[in-house]
This record gives sequence, structure tokens and C-alpha cells, in this order.
Amino acid sequence: MSDVCVVGIGIHPFGRTDGLSGLDQGVFAVRQALADAGVEWPDIQFAYGASDAAGNPDTMVDRLGLTGVQFINVRNGCAAGGAALFSAQMAVKSGEFDLGLAVGFDKHPRGAFNALPSEYNLPDWYGEAGYMVTTQFFAAKIMRYMHLFGISQQSLGRVAEKAFRNAVHASHAWRRQPVSLEEILNAPLVSDPYTKYMFCSPAEGGVALVLASEKKARELGKPLIRLKAATMRTRPPHSFEVFAPCVDIVEDDSGRRPTASAVASADAFDIAGIGPGDIDVAQLQDTEAGAEIMHMAENGFCADGDQERWLAEGRTEIGGALPVNTDGGCLACGEPIGASGLRQVYENVVQLRGAGEGRQIPGDPKTAYSHVYGAPGVSAVTILER
Amino acid sequence: MPSIAEGLFTDDRSPRLIGGRDPVTGRILFPRPFRDDSEPVALGETGTLWSWTVQRYRPKSPPYAGPETFTPWIVGYVELPGEVIVEARLVDVAIEDVRIGMTLRLMPVLLDPADPASPLIPAFAPMEASV
Repeated sequence: MSDVCVVGIGIHPFGRTDGLSGLDQGVFAVRQALADAGVEWPDIQFAYGASDAAGNPDTMVDRLGLTGVQFINVRNGCAAGGAALFSAQMAVKSGEFDLGLAVGFDKHPRGAFNALPSEYNLPDWYGEAGYMVTTQFFAAKIMRYMHLFGISQQSLGRVAEKAFRNAVHASHAWRRQPVSLEEILNAPLVSDPYTKYMFCSPAEGGVALVLASEKKARELGKPLIRLKAATMRTRPPHSFEVFAPCVDIVEDDSGRRPTASAVASADAFDIAGIGPGDIDVAQLQDTEAGAEIMHMAENGFCADGDQERWLAEGRTEIGGALPVNTDGGCLACGEPIGASGLRQVYENVVQLRGAGEGRQIPGDPKTAYSHVYGAPGVSAVTILER
Repeated sequence: MPSIAEGLFTDDRSPRLIGGRDPVTGRILFPRPFRDDSEPVALGETGTLWSWTVQRYRPKSPPYAGPETFTPWIVGYVELPGEVIVEARLVDVAIEDVRIGMTLRLMPVLLDPADPASPLIPAFAPMEASV
């Protein structure tokens, strides 16, 4: 079977853009991606659009042109962008279409996400008691992980420090000022062990990717960036997830719990026919600093506990053995839910094209990996190859 | 005293948490799932701390129904041996003294400690402090 290729990328800068709706930012990204691919909107045969809080993506046909194009909306928590991309590549893989679009955008109010229990099949009291708070879960997850595997708070700080340092060179990032490790560690705690610099914020932004069959990509004369795998998976038994009033007891609880991320990752490597050691650059969900650390292991890049040494040695820096979150990730870009997973793929395409400028990883990268995780235990992974 | 929801606590003089046991797999969930054929189980009153954090800002209302004046509180996951790990407040312990593995006893508290009419929520306290 021929590969699906990413032939065009577009992004509306992340952060806060007063006066522009989430949809506006999505349209901006689509136009940029079309221009990048060298195609026009009427050439697009289908689209999948992701937005969590900024309206129905298919309404953007008003702005782009009423071509009658097939346009399907996707809502899948933090995996929404990944789900849109998975669906889009299937549409090409099936042979039904040659050229299409995955687009994601969002615009969230300031402050923490405000989830309601009924949206997650939970009783109202759970929210009344104050537990519908994603930051609580993330903090409790890393707290146990640090206890089991000897990860220090300093390592959490190193992840955040790297994010802001990388973002200096990413024009689409939101927080582009370096912050010192000392300032990160001494900032007020939000949910122990995390200080305010160790959590990302809900934000705004839009990303679009033009996908094509290999044949179409060759016609367009674009460098072939192949989507070797795109997986989206839900949680396995005994996992510990966002909004969990209880967790199963397991016989041997000395290790990491099974996660949707580990399932999505293993399946993606299986489909692509390569392993974690073959990956040149990775974008890993880092809604908080510890997430990047735990996801390094959940995605198979290192053993649990090795992150302490990896970070101390700078192995995940731009010039390291496995650069991680080269544009500053969610920590520096913020998290517009519908767009966030697609931003990772955008950044990977930039890196594979060698267009990363100040944040370009050295050594002519050939493979790139992206991973998102979200409530209530979903994960999406992609592997690109040039 | 009223509890924050029906079916969370037993009616005993010292109430216990009610979980739901799946009749086929034996798996216990807390709270007992709504409209469910699981068997109600009065869960054990003692356990150990599995993980924890501190809620240091006031959650958004709705859904949060706690007091307007916010004081940070500790949230813990408490392993009730042989049953299930439950999420609940940790009380009667200073933040710097919280340790994974510490032994705890069920001690429901008021959602708003300053308001006696406030409903009871599940909470655990260190064994030493609750004797």
C-alpha cells in the first residue's frame, strides 16, 4: 500500500489573540497550509476538523468556499487533533480520496479547564467536592511516579526550563522568554509538586495539515514526508486517569500502571515497523513538566527512572540524542485542545524539512514522533518519515 | 449530618464508605456506580496513602460547591487493602508531613469546615491523629 504524505502545513500562532475567533485562527492555518502545498481550496476533497470549545469546524466552509466538500467534525478530548489526523489518513489510505485536510483550532477562556462531572459519566458530588480539576490528577500521577522511580522536583524544573528555552526560536509559540531553573523551582506551587511554570495553560491557536496520496504528493513535487503510522487508543484496565474517583488495586504495584499512551505507542511502532531507538525527534504531551518525563517512558524511549539522568545529561535538548518538544511543547505554546496534537505534527514536519532555524535539530533527521494524552484516558501517536 | 450525596456512606454511627462490587468480576468501584447491578460493599475504614497532591487554588464554580473563602486542601488516593483505591480529602496532617504509604483512617469532614450545615465528604486522617 502506498503511504500517506503530509504535503502542506499551516499554523496560527498559539497564545492569546483578541479579536480573532478560534475558527478564524483555523481558517488562517488552512490558507497557509494550502499555499504551502501549492493547492487551492477547491482541490481539497475532504476535511476532518477538531475543536473542543470553539464551535463546529465545518462552518469554516463559509469562509473558504462552498465547494460542497465532505467535512467531518471530531471531538475527542485532548486527542481530538490526533483523531482528526487518523481519520484523514484513513480516507486517503482507503483509496477514496487523494487530497484532504486535517484541521484543528480552539479558543479557551482564561484559567483552568472547567469540566462538568456529567460530561464524564461521574456523579455531581464529585465536582461539588472539588475534584473536576485536571491539574489535581496530573500532580497526583507524578507524585506517585517520583516516589516509585526517584524523579526529583529539579528534573521537573529542567523540563520547563528547556521548554521556554526552545520556544525562543519558535515563532508560533506563546511563552518565548527563557525562565531560569531557579525561578521555575521557586515559583508558587499550583498543585504539589508542580509550580506555576510547570503547568501549561489553556490557550488559542489553529493548525492545518494537507494530506495526499503518494501519487498526488509526487505530482505536487513536494518532498515526501510520509505518515508511517497514526494511532488513537483508549485506556487499558487498571490505568490511573484524569477524573478518577477510584483506582483498581493491582497485585504488583511497584511499577508504572498501564496507560492509553503505552498502547497507542506500541501499536504505532508496530505499524511503522521501527522502534523507539530509530526516532530522531519527538514531541511528547507535556501539559505539565512531569507528563513529558512519564511519557518518555510510556512511549518506550527510556526505562522508568532513567529520565533523571537523561535530563541531567541534556539528552532531550535540541542537540541531544533524542530532542523532545523542540518548539517548547504545550508548556510554552499553551493548549488549544483541538489544535494541540496537530501542532506537534506541524513541528515534526518543520524539523524533517530542516526548516527549524534556531531550533532545528542537527544531523538531517529522518524520523519524527508525536504523542498526545487526554481525558478520560485517550492517546494519539504519529510517526513521520522522510 | 447530611452527606454530599445519597449512597456514599453507610448509616452506621461511624459511617463507612459504600463501594460497588461487580457480581461477575468481583471488581470494586467507588462510588457505587449509579443505576448499577453491583452489590453494595461497606469499604474498610483504614488504608495507606497511594498518592496525593494539594489543591492550592479554588476550583471553578460550578461545579465546585465549597466555601468562597479558599484554604488549600490535600487530596489523597487511599488504598483500602483488598478492595480499591479511593480519592478523598486528607485531614489532620500538615502538608510537609504527608508521605506515600502512611496509614490512614476514614474520618468524614464538612465540605466547608466553618459551616456546620455543610454536607459531609469522604476524608481520611493519619491513624495516630484519629485515635
